[in-house]
Amino acid sequence: MNRPPALARAIERGLDPFRGKHASHLLPKTRLGGPIPWVIAIMVALTVLTAGGGLALDNLANRARADLSGGVTVQIVEADPRLRTVQADRAADLLRAAPGVASLRRVPESELEALVEPWLGSGLDEEIVPLPALIDVRLDGPATPAAIGRLRAALAGAAAEARIDAQSDWLGPVFDTVSALRLMSFGLIALLAFTGAAAVWLAARNALNANRDTIEIVHLLGGDDAQIARIFQRSVMVDAAVGGVCGLVLGGAAIALLGAQFAALESGMVARGGLAPADWLLLALVPLAMIGIALLTARMTVMASLRRML
Amino acid sequence: MNTAEKGVVRFDNVGLRYGTDGEVLSNIAFTLYPGRFYFLTGASGAGKTSLLKLLYLAQRPSRGGISMFGSDVITLPRESLPAFRRRIGVVFQDFRLVEHLSAFDNIALPLRVSGVREADIHQPVTDMLDWVGLSHRAEARPATLSGGEQQRVAIARAVIGRPELLVADEPTGNVDPEMALKLLRLFEALNRLGTTVVVATHDVHLLRKVPDSLIMRIDKGKLSDPTGALRYPPRREFAEIPS
Repeated sequence: MNRPPALARAIERGLDPFRGKHASHLLPKTRLGGPIPWVIAIMVALTVLTAGGGLALDNLANRARADLSGGVTVQIVEADPRLRTVQADRAADLLRAAPGVASLRRVPESELEALVEPWLGSGLDEEIVPLPALIDVRLDGPATPAAIGRLRAALAGAAAEARIDAQSDWLGPVFDTVSALRLMSFGLIALLAFTGAAAVWLAARNALNANRDTIEIVHLLGGDDAQIARIFQRSVMVDAAVGGVCGLVLGGAAIALLGAQFAALESGMVARGGLAPADWLLLALVPLAMIGIALLTARMTVMASLRRML
Repeated sequence: MNTAEKGVVRFDNVGLRYGTDGEVLSNIAFTLYPGRFYFLTGASGAGKTSLLKLLYLAQRPSRGGISMFGSDVITLPRESLPAFRRRIGVVFQDFRLVEHLSAFDNIALPLRVSGVREADIHQPVTDMLDWVGLSHRAEARPATLSGGEQQRVAIARAVIGRPELLVADEPTGNVDPEMALKLLRLFEALNRLGTTVVVATHDVHLLRKVPDSLIMRIDKGKLSDPTGALRYPPRREFAEIPS
């Protein structure tokens, strides 16, 4: 059988056929419909917001943990101010000589008064409410129970009533809460991804039904499933890309706004939960991930539906 | 057995039923030989369209065997069917043009599906439009074309890829006698180039217009052989053409 030269050349060339605008024009109703880009935009915005919150919490916890990991607070609780000062001086001397202590600092009384001022007011009467002497100790390793035990033994002779606490212990419940919130954000991201995929699945099915006649004709003319799936994927990619960019802008703006508000609180711990450039880069990948999920979902939906046709 | 003896298409004891209903085609057995021109006749509802659906691979039979171009298409994996369909041109009874594509793009569709370069598409499609007398309607959508014009677009689409097998379901049903004859001449020209042509029609006058054609008649889902079309070597006995 002699084929037309153009057709013979195409067969010989063995190109994967049917791409470009002529392919995309074949199924004009494959655009997943008006609301889908906006659904994807909302999904991406919520995912960016959730992921941003999770990353900020992670940063906050990591920075606090790094700051506090070798920190130990020694409290000299003694009502008599003179005796308290003597004990604190002796304790500081002993701690300086103790193994594993990198540095220490006597917290000035003015700083202590400033710390309790929000609760007890200014001009505190030492006779009525005596404040403990505080020594802020930095260990050269983590403040493990063994390290605390060594410090306690070193102070046994000088200040037997001294309270020694690892600073990280105070924030234990905070770290636990942060971990729970991080887990929750992972769960939310997974749910959002699933919801996005479900929306694409429904839209792809509707688009398939709307174009069933044309698909049948293309099949009967020798078009294969991959060719048809590619046309749908192209359409889905355009929708997901538009939605993804809108969602990223919305989510990024919301994070920047919230970040500025938290920073304005000037609360040491909260203000340090900001996002690093690498975190922003990670958030920029959210729309790409959503496009990937949408493409995969559309392909699987279209291929599964086409397999039911001869 | 050589290619000519094996045939382009071979049906062995084929039966077809839709759902749980009775068979619409029963014990169909025939061979279509390369380069022959066949008419398939029969009254409305006799099973012509069902038989053609099996021929252009839109349907699998309920039983029996079908081989095409030397391969058993019943056991063929689904992924291999498109390659076979590209070797078959089909003129559907209801035209089945893509509504939102122009006449030009409808005719170009088989070439695009086959991966022909855009630069190589314009000339053959323009020639084909000229041949079916629709050059002036190249950019028209099917909805704005008359029934006859749509039919000519459907025929142009079926033959543009110069298929090895052309299956046409009532291809002249909506055109005037002059255009019907012109389209038949197009089929004959294609047939002379080696295409095996199967034209389903209930127009008995048409059967006399192609002297070398062979006739198969279908009645209530059973195929009869009034003119020797199903024998080998096939022959035509003009005296027995149904009238």
